[in-house]
Amino acid sequence: MSAVITATGLSKHYKQTAALDDVSFRIEPGRIVGLIGPNGAGKTTALKAILGLTDFTGQLDVLGFDPRQQRDKLMGDVCFIADVAVLPRWIKVREAVDFVAHVHPRFDRAKCDAFLARTKLQPGQRVRQMSKGMIVQLHLALVMAIDAKLLILDEPTLGLDILYRKQFYQNLLEDYFDENKTIIVTTHQVEEVEHILTDLMFIRDGRIVLDADMDSVGERFVEVLVNADRAEAARQLKPIDERQVFGKTIFLFDGVSRAQLEALGETRRPSISDLFVATMKGTYA
Amino acid sequence: MNVTSGTKLYWLLKRELWEHRGGFFWAPVIAGGIFLLLNLMGIITAEVLGASHGIQIGANGGLQHIIGQMDAGDMSKVGFALDIAMYSAMGLLIVVLGFVVFFYCLGALYDDRRDRSILFWKSLPISDASTVLSKVLSATVLAPIIAVIVGIIVGILQLVMVTITLSFHGLNVWQLLGYAHPFRVLVNLVGYVPLYVLWALPAVGWLMLCSAWARSKPFLWAVALPVATGLLVSWFGLMGLFNQSPLWFWKNVVQRSLLSVFPGTGSLFGLDGEGLARHAGNDLNDMGLGLMNLSSTYRLLASPDLWIGVVIGIGLLAAATWFRRWRDEA
Repeated sequence: MSAVITATGLSKHYKQTAALDDVSFRIEPGRIVGLIGPNGAGKTTALKAILGLTDFTGQLDVLGFDPRQQRDKLMGDVCFIADVAVLPRWIKVREAVDFVAHVHPRFDRAKCDAFLARTKLQPGQRVRQMSKGMIVQLHLALVMAIDAKLLILDEPTLGLDILYRKQFYQNLLEDYFDENKTIIVTTHQVEEVEHILTDLMFIRDGRIVLDADMDSVGERFVEVLVNADRAEAARQLKPIDERQVFGKTIFLFDGVSRAQLEALGETRRPSISDLFVATMKGTYA
Repeated sequence: MNVTSGTKLYWLLKRELWEHRGGFFWAPVIAGGIFLLLNLMGIITAEVLGASHGIQIGANGGLQHIIGQMDAGDMSKVGFALDIAMYSAMGLLIVVLGFVVFFYCLGALYDDRRDRSILFWKSLPISDASTVLSKVLSATVLAPIIAVIVGIIVGILQLVMVTITLSFHGLNVWQLLGYAHPFRVLVNLVGYVPLYVLWALPAVGWLMLCSAWARSKPFLWAVALPVATGLLVSWFGLMGLFNQSPLWFWKNVVQRSLLSVFPGTGSLFGLDGEGLARHAGNDLNDMGLGLMNLSSTYRLLASPDLWIGVVIGIGLLAAATWFRRWRDEA
């Protein structure tokens, strides 16, 4: 199957700063890609370019469309939830469902109603009367009823309590995702998406610094818990990060053979957040 | 399910109506209600004062007697006076409609950028051109038609109120109503809408361009730019640098870019001086026809001002669509 997104030499400049600096990547269908980066790294700009919301230089192909030229056609196959506050405050649940049902060719009303029935949302309720969590439920109900090929989530769970956040990703995995769909998600709450991602992309200062599937991430990066007496030996192997825990040192290695590391101490797979912190060291300095 | 562009446009218009129910529907209804209430109070005051001062207009069927004596010309005057009673309700609604459309256009492409719900609308497969088109149609067709319908209902209520009052003084209600021309009034008012679309286009275009372009305070930009330019032109004019009088600029640029959304400004400002003078010279009946007769208002179609405005308006809307497409809020 051909790629969902192919980007070649993508660049975008805002006055002095480069939001995207000659970025190239490929996203295959049936993946859940985490696009992770510090504030101002260019995540949102990348998503906006994919959605045709911003101009850029370079080549970008999304589902066979050029987002700059064929945005309205592209949006028939792409959905996005950009932030919690984007539903218009005046709209009623009933109106939102009616509207999307009549303008979107791939909308399944029964699916949307079934999803809404599991929430506390009332048809006559306005968005301004809802809590943040309820707004996201409504948005998710609308989006999940659309049989889109690509779903883009930009900080979808920002400001939600933990119940809503867990439920959000659970619904997404159980009721929405299948091998024909692709999801791209950006978030700062890395721990929450860690277990659902199939691919990981780190972005820093407008450049992709890591682009790998989760299996190869697990092979490439290893954390080792090393006793103080062997710390020097570990440092010889050029760890990318080290930190102290209870008199021991945790080293993070990139591409060092597992046999070598197991000799030093207990090895384990690093969490994405530890990997992220190690990769992004000095970003704000 | 296949979605045609016609269905999309229909739902886009419906969406505008949902969002602007207050301005499009309740504003004319409330204005009409206040108009009727004030009239009722006026009539009651007149009746009470009349009674307390012992003035008995048309007692013992005197008025009815007078009507019986009227010839065809007099009857048409009575009918005309009753039509005026219906139009008068429209007068207030037209002012309200002008304000509603003015502020609607200013917010149309700005409000959803401010609250970021533009990202939701843009996540749907709708082109920016159809979004802008739906907003133009809401401003120039949907809002005026609702105002006209409300105006007709208020006008008929007003007519009934006046005739019932007169019937207390011995006049036959049905006979009086027969003299009025509610259908002609209706046709005239509805018929005015297409002309309004054309006349309002430059102002709608300018206001929507500001709405799509301004990063903040679209009202200030929309008003300050033409007015400041007008002042500059007047200043240069004072020094005799232009051959054209600065008045020309105020009338054709400032006025058209801001005030054309007020219905009726076409008939007032759009006609040339000669036409107005000719109307002023005629008697009351023709004067009324001048402002309220369609064939007379449609003489505006022959004026190049109107068509130049239409072309400029379309250009401004094209620019607004471009900004809607590419304005980047990052």
